[in-house]
Amino acid sequence: MSETVNFLPVAEEPEETLSMNPKKFILWMFVVSIVMLFAAMTSAYLVRRAEGNWLEFKMPAIFMYSTVVLLVSSASMHWAYRAAKKDDFGVLRTAISITFAFGLAFLVMQFLGWKDLVAQNVYFVGNPSGSFMYVFTGLHAFHLISGLLVLLFALRAAFKLKIHAKNLTQIEVCMTYWHFLDILWVYLFGFLLYFN
Amino acid sequence: MAHVEEHDHHEELPFWRKYIFSEDHKVIAKQYMFSGIFWAIIGASLSILFRLQLGFPDMKLEWLRPILGGWIDESGRLDPEFYLALVTMHGTIMVFFVLTAGLSGTFSNFLIPLQVGARDMASGFLNMLSYWFFFVSSLLMFFSLFIETGPASGGWVIYPPLSALPQAMSGSGLGMTLWLLSMAIFIVSQLLGGINYITTVINLRTRGMSFSKLPLTIWAFLLTAILGLISFPVLLSAALLLIFDRSMGTSFYLSEIYIGGEALPNVGGSPILFQHLFWFLGHPEVYIVLLPALGITSEIIATNSRKPIFGYRAMIASMIGIAFLAFIVWAHHMFVTGMNPFLGSIFMFLTLIIAVPSAVKAFNYITTLWRGNIVFTPAMLFSIGLVSFFISGGLTGIILGNSALDIQLHDTYFVVAHFHLVMGAASAFGFLAGVYHWFPKFFGRMMNKTLGYIHFWFTFVGIYLVFFPMHYIGIAGFPRRYYSFTTYEAFRTFGDLNMFVSLAAIMTFSAQFLFLWNFFYSIFKGKKAPLNPWKSNTLEWTTPLHPGHGNWPGEIPPVYRWAYDYSKPGANDDFIPQNVPYSQTPESNLPHENALIALEKEIEAQNYNDQFKQPH
Repeated sequence: MSETVNFLPVAEEPEETLSMNPKKFILWMFVVSIVMLFAAMTSAYLVRRAEGNWLEFKMPAIFMYSTVVLLVSSASMHWAYRAAKKDDFGVLRTAISITFAFGLAFLVMQFLGWKDLVAQNVYFVGNPSGSFMYVFTGLHAFHLISGLLVLLFALRAAFKLKIHAKNLTQIEVCMTYWHFLDILWVYLFGFLLYFN
Repeated sequence: MAHVEEHDHHEELPFWRKYIFSEDHKVIAKQYMFSGIFWAIIGASLSILFRLQLGFPDMKLEWLRPILGGWIDESGRLDPEFYLALVTMHGTIMVFFVLTAGLSGTFSNFLIPLQVGARDMASGFLNMLSYWFFFVSSLLMFFSLFIETGPASGGWVIYPPLSALPQAMSGSGLGMTLWLLSMAIFIVSQLLGGINYITTVINLRTRGMSFSKLPLTIWAFLLTAILGLISFPVLLSAALLLIFDRSMGTSFYLSEIYIGGEALPNVGGSPILFQHLFWFLGHPEVYIVLLPALGITSEIIATNSRKPIFGYRAMIASMIGIAFLAFIVWAHHMFVTGMNPFLGSIFMFLTLIIAVPSAVKAFNYITTLWRGNIVFTPAMLFSIGLVSFFISGGLTGIILGNSALDIQLHDTYFVVAHFHLVMGAASAFGFLAGVYHWFPKFFGRMMNKTLGYIHFWFTFVGIYLVFFPMHYIGIAGFPRRYYSFTTYEAFRTFGDLNMFVSLAAIMTFSAQFLFLWNFFYSIFKGKKAPLNPWKSNTLEWTTPLHPGHGNWPGEIPPVYRWAYDYSKPGANDDFIPQNVPYSQTPESNLPHENALIALEKEIEAQNYNDQFKQPH
């Protein structure tokens, strides 16, 4: 071989195989796809809004309260996770049940919000500004229902004592998804308020 | 680890779990392959039907009545609305069902676990779900071919308002509803598949398989999956809003327009909005189709040139470059929508930049071939054919990317010629090359070489004969999707060329039956394959001839070197597989590689995600 070969950088360290729990990774991939779904929706909203002919209406106040409810459920989710880490089963069950109940309450409040919109004469069919409102809240509610299903499995596992300090994957997956749905709603709510 | 033992069972799975609702990536890959081939036959047959109409407008087609029934009218001619349906379904089937699901579904599923050294995909269950969502979506699309009002006919891009108003044309009725439903399910299937591919490549690589040692196939599949993950949800949004417009009367895409003298109740929609959303998927989709084919080609060309791939890192960088640029060029499909010319020139600039990474790839393929000990297997011929199409189709891309030229050429046969060469034919050649190359691993048998050569030459020459004349027809101003060119005197001049194109298309189509015969015959009666028939370096050739679920009996082999140690100076053989440590090849090691011997123990001690200890 020629002499130049000797000048090549000598001995790279063997790189560690980068790796995390595949289940958690899959969840993050789902999160990316949901983010893209809503990114497309909100971009469509902005593009359409810039064209004019845009109906302006008041955001129902109940969406403000539902946001608070969802934030509380997120906090109790975190509380449940910390309890699971400490093997504090009583607290875990209480906290995870609270999360589930507040999640349900959020859904009901979203539905009441739709009723308020109808009372304001803002319908799904009509000016796109109103239609987008229903699509955003509806799609988010659809994902929240899927979050409640995940939560239901975690709830069952918690009551069967399957979640403990040595087996946290399930509650971690559940927690990440729930926090994500929470952040997603805060983003949508802020977006709708700002670009009304 | 309690959950590992859970998988440690050896009882035989029942038939329906082993071959139908299987979670084994190799079985799912075959399911995708057979479905892809089935759809390719349908998609290609549809194109022959409309080529008959274009090449021989006065032909009597009564003999097709047993199949097409009422779509052949009393005078024995093809129904004009059905012609539009044929064009639409040909595009939809080829782009989504053959070259997206068929190509990625087959080779990503099959090769990712085998080449990165994993027992299976990260989630076998999601993988199975992905195939069966695809199956349901296929059923819906197939069913829509046979309904009375005909399948969707607004073009594969389904622009509103044509697609949004059921009263606009007969194909916009039930056919369009089924199309949207089928595509929504298809997108879910592709997302489930893509999420699995990404997770497997990143988290389930074997010991020593760093990103810089991954074969280029895996890099291509990974980037394809990332493109899909980011762009398919956007198409889902677009489709959802279109479904709301069609079925619930919202006005996302429909403005105050008059149809048949009557005003629509819709207010304030924007049809251009749909085009933005559609092409934000639509353009990356081109690379979702093409990148796996390019990855397969890199592997086959390096193996059969008996040379390391030229510019391994440049290949990766150019693929990343293409994947990134894919997201910021979508509006070059929309130059004639009344876009601000300044914005148009920005998109033109970004579009033309794609020529740079593409040229890097083309030159790297050619320099890999340069002075190699080329072995002309059928797979190699198809790969070289792909490079040829990639170049000749890519050159016209530079022309079309110019917004000023696009105004003349938009929606003409020039565009048809361009994308059929660079994405259609090139990706189809990637699929065929992959089938010829990995057939011994799929089925443990060899395909007939001579038939492969005949198949290649007829297809390669045929495709150029079909698409090259289309450039002239397009420059002359022939618009695409028109039912007939004989109505106007000015367009009659190219009648003979159109006839020639149709004859070439029929020849190319017929040649595919050679492949089909070779394929199915070899599955059952082909010569038994040796373990490593092409003397290749990648890990899949270290598995048994018929790998069980779990791929390797015993431990998964660790990896010590890159995949392209072909014809290494001083080596005993002209290839050194990835799992051969440097300590066993002192005769060919470079100085820095001798230094790597010390690290082999560390590689062997590395942790990795072994999903189940024993194959079953």
